[in-house]
Amino acid sequence: MECVFGLVGNGFAIVVADTSAVHSILVHKSNEDKIMVLDSHKLIAASGEPGDRVQFTEYIQKNVALYQFRNGIPLTTAAAANFTRGELATALRKNPYFVNVLLAGYDKETGPSLYYIDYIATMHKVDKGAFGYGSYFSLSMMDRHYHSGMSVEEAIDLVDKCIMEIRSRLVVAPPNFVIKIVDKDGARQYAWRESVKDAPVPSA
Amino acid sequence: MKLDTSGLESFSTLTAPGDDVVGEFSAPPSFQLPNSNDFDGFVKEAIQMVKPAKGTTTLAFIFKDGVIVAADSRASMGGYIYSVKKIIEINPYMLGTMAGGAADCQFWHRNLGIKCRLHELANKRRISVTGASKLLANILYSYRGMGLSVGTMIAGWDETVIHMSNYHMAFAQLGPSLYYVDSEGGRLKGTRFSVGSGSPYAYGVLDNGYRYDLSVEEAVELGRRAIYHATFRDGASGGVVSVYHVGPEGWKKWTGDDVGDLHYQYYPVVPSTVEQEMVEATGA
Repeated sequence: MECVFGLVGNGFAIVVADTSAVHSILVHKSNEDKIMVLDSHKLIAASGEPGDRVQFTEYIQKNVALYQFRNGIPLTTAAAANFTRGELATALRKNPYFVNVLLAGYDKETGPSLYYIDYIATMHKVDKGAFGYGSYFSLSMMDRHYHSGMSVEEAIDLVDKCIMEIRSRLVVAPPNFVIKIVDKDGARQYAWRESVKDAPVPSA
Repeated sequence: MKLDTSGLESFSTLTAPGDDVVGEFSAPPSFQLPNSNDFDGFVKEAIQMVKPAKGTTTLAFIFKDGVIVAADSRASMGGYIYSVKKIIEINPYMLGTMAGGAADCQFWHRNLGIKCRLHELANKRRISVTGASKLLANILYSYRGMGLSVGTMIAGWDETVIHMSNYHMAFAQLGPSLYYVDSEGGRLKGTRFSVGSGSPYAYGVLDNGYRYDLSVEEAVELGRRAIYHATFRDGASGGVVSVYHVGPEGWKKWTGDDVGDLHYQYYPVVPSTVEQEMVEATGA
């Protein structure tokens, strides 16, 4: 029921994740941000067991930061993806992490890229990818409407189409989604798509 | 020809019980294993024994004047029912709730209290709820798969704001904070949580009656009502409803009512009108 998908456009990469934290039949919260900012130009969208998801992505984030402190330059997206895959592979036969990851990044030399890394440490560099039950609906939508070099507006339009399809066809569809984008200006949150709003809390 | 089966003999006949089973080889540091033929089966049984013990209802929510923490008190072991204190006072400004294994919750909350106090002594400043819940979540994560059963909420009032850089985690808020931590390693920050077998029932009443700007009395009553309704429908919850309020000065216990009394308080017995009254038959 955790839906994560993403695609690469013209000079940017977008990742979308649902925001429900679920425990059997109960939804504990519907505004849980599952897309972590790895560094200034990288995003990691993760789905899987809740403890593993947070612990693993934080571990990757801290190691990426450590590399930058030690060496003075940030890792490339490809290097970060290979590091992530390596950690999953090493842990696989001892203490596996049940986390599926979409790693999106922007490098000055090579432009935007998206890596599909699943919990058994498979890695592919892809133009579009998806995890979870939502993938059954979003992958075909993206296959049909995707073309290389999409603009941000076209990509967001495709993302909204996928979200609508997931909402209408998936039996336990998550109500809210978060969209984050990474391009030459960095990694940042683009929008939320909410259909269930929590009780309003005045911000601190 | 007699087969040489010396290689198949187990080491346990050569070592005394209690010794490290591996014997001469240097063993990695580990805790003592129980003397059991089927260790995996034993572990599975232990986990299954604790699993149904999440028979409880606990809830907590943040509102403008702090955090309300409420819980029932029922603990059952098979057919025997007794009463336990499910809200654990970690320190004077932080509370933890208990769901799952009672021993696990009590021990690890006490352990967390120790770590919080050490943090205070080392840093001359109270630990934030964010930090305390992260400490507990990391400890529980390291015991993942070993049969701990803990479903807890850490609620408290922070006195300082701690900023971190943009890449990393969000800042600790000034004011009330609430985190849900469980033995699978999950940790969630939120404004309303309910944990236990009665939690779906409690969520219904809680979500419907919740407003951020409740007064303290209204919020305490909402917590009490939600737990009461959960105990009404859930067989594994009952006993006494405890409600605590965590404000800027720390926590304060507000109520401890028996759910039986609460039932007749909310739904008093109304003598029903008689439709047909039996009258003595005249004559023989």
